Amino acid sequence: MLDQIVFYFFAVLAVISAVMVVTRRNVVQSAIFLITALLATAGIFLQLHAEFLFIVQVILYAGGIMVLFVFVIMLVSLDVSLNQVQFNRQWWLGLLLALVLGAQLTIAVAVGRAGLPLGEPAPAKMLEPSTQLVGRVLFSEYVLPFEIASILLLVAMIGAVVMAKKKI
Amino acid sequence: MTGNDLQSYAPLLLHLTLAMALSGVLVLLSSLVGWRRPSTTKSQPYECGITPTGDAREPFSVKFYLVAMVFILFDVEAIFLYPWAYIFRELRWFGFVEMILYIGILLVGYFYLWKKGALDWNRPAVRRDRAS
Repeated sequence: MLDQIVFYFFAVLAVISAVMVVTRRNVVQSAIFLITALLATAGIFLQLHAEFLFIVQVILYAGGIMVLFVFVIMLVSLDVSLNQVQFNRQWWLGLLLALVLGAQLTIAVAVGRAGLPLGEPAPAKMLEPSTQLVGRVLFSEYVLPFEIASILLLVAMIGAVVMAKKKI
Repeated sequence: MTGNDLQSYAPLLLHLTLAMALSGVLVLLSSLVGWRRPSTTKSQPYECGITPTGDAREPFSVKFYLVAMVFILFDVEAIFLYPWAYIFRELRWFGFVEMILYIGILLVGYFYLWKKGALDWNRPAVRRDRAS
């Protein structure tokens, strides 16, 4: 019962703030709503016992990526976007298609559920903390990709310097 | 925290509810009870300060963006420390060496940034290429 209340709370919050992101005219307001949407998604992750995803969502997305977004907002001039038309003329067609797709998915899930029996949900207490599982897999099977990831980060660092600085 | 059912997050949920209720009530009350008489002086960013000139929405130097990029990259690095720290004791020396290697590679990047002056705000070389 509590599970469902929490899920619907976060889901509704995420959807509402996602709609607000695209409909706000002020970019900074959109950014704030995007933070809300990302945090609501983090709440759903936590509810699904995906603690590692939760912390990634909060630290990387709501923390890191949003900083990048806000910096981009600072870098571009906002006056131009304030005077532009926010939606093009086909917006109602897009909305219609989105609604049709939503209806189709709803029907597909409702009808197709019989064909795709869902397994019994694992009892929550049996699950190990997911951070531990992620760590165990990361440091046994995926040790090499993990080390390659650090080289990827190094490349990104050098790339950022090369592109952002006029004279290296 | 060993148990990972929703019950163990009850304090967090309570905290979230209280924070949202408090901020909601404060905003609602001030919009209901307070009255608004805006004037040009009142809507200035600093009512008792220097009269602002121009627009605050100016394009910023790309240096800020570079700092943000570097922040994210080290953020990604830090996120991998979580699962590692969680199973540090079972990994023993293997995990330690592995993490030293990982951080060592990123440390190369850090020294690169340092040498290129990406972390330095008042380096003469930076000032020269801004002027050019």
